[in-house]
Amino acid sequence: MSKSITVRYFAIFREHAGLDEETVSLDVQTAGDVFEQLKDRHGSSEPLGHCKVAINDEMADWKTVINDGDTVLLFPPVAGG
Amino acid sequence: MAIPYSCFHPLPGVDVIRLTDKAIDPEALRRELFDPAAGAYAGFEGWIRNENDGHRVERLEYESYEPLAISEGEKVIAEARKKFPVLHAHCVHRTGLLEIGECAVWVGVSSAHRDEAFSACRYIIDQVKVRLPIWKKEHYSDGNSGWVNCERCAQHAHPSAVSL
Repeated sequence: MSKSITVRYFAIFREHAGLDEETVSLDVQTAGDVFEQLKDRHGSSEPLGHCKVAINDEMADWKTVINDGDTVLLFPPVAGG
Repeated sequence: MAIPYSCFHPLPGVDVIRLTDKAIDPEALRRELFDPAAGAYAGFEGWIRNENDGHRVERLEYESYEPLAISEGEKVIAEARKKFPVLHAHCVHRTGLLEIGECAVWVGVSSAHRDEAFSACRYIIDQVKVRLPIWKKEHYSDGNSGWVNCERCAQHAHPSAVSL
């Protein structure tokens, strides 16, 4: 069953997608599924383990189950400091 | 012996982790850590370097997602305080466009003795670099630019430099 998900892209993902945010309808179970299904958008071939995800403004992991209406934040590998 | 209130709480009105688009002033930040019970202070400043991985760097641009950078930064500092008996621990990170030599990140810790100040300071900067949602884009002398740690982020991009 497809879920309506708001996806936000950051840094190089945003540049690649050409937008900050979009609402998509995806047939997904986990945050990892969202990342995989949106590869054409964020353009990343990084292993999932190098990237991070947050759901509804809470840090999450790629196995977290996605619910209809969630906001999923896709973070490329971080580089602070 | 009574332990001062300040041992367990941030100073009133001072956030333990901050993001700013203004120049960092380490001297002013250091003063926020003064405490009569402190016999040691350890500070770390990360500066913008003019070279990375063979590329001549002209300037750096930091992007962050502030709500989670702050909440994750608060967790890092709480962990440091739990691991090491420090009095105060703060961190400030820049956002926006920075020139060579500018301070990108500052960490300061005060404690009774030096060991815990050094250890907590090291823990905080190490965790901040790998956990906070902050990204840096290097602008190179040849006009290219590239996101650090993102060599494989964009399939169609040059391995470490994305054209402007």
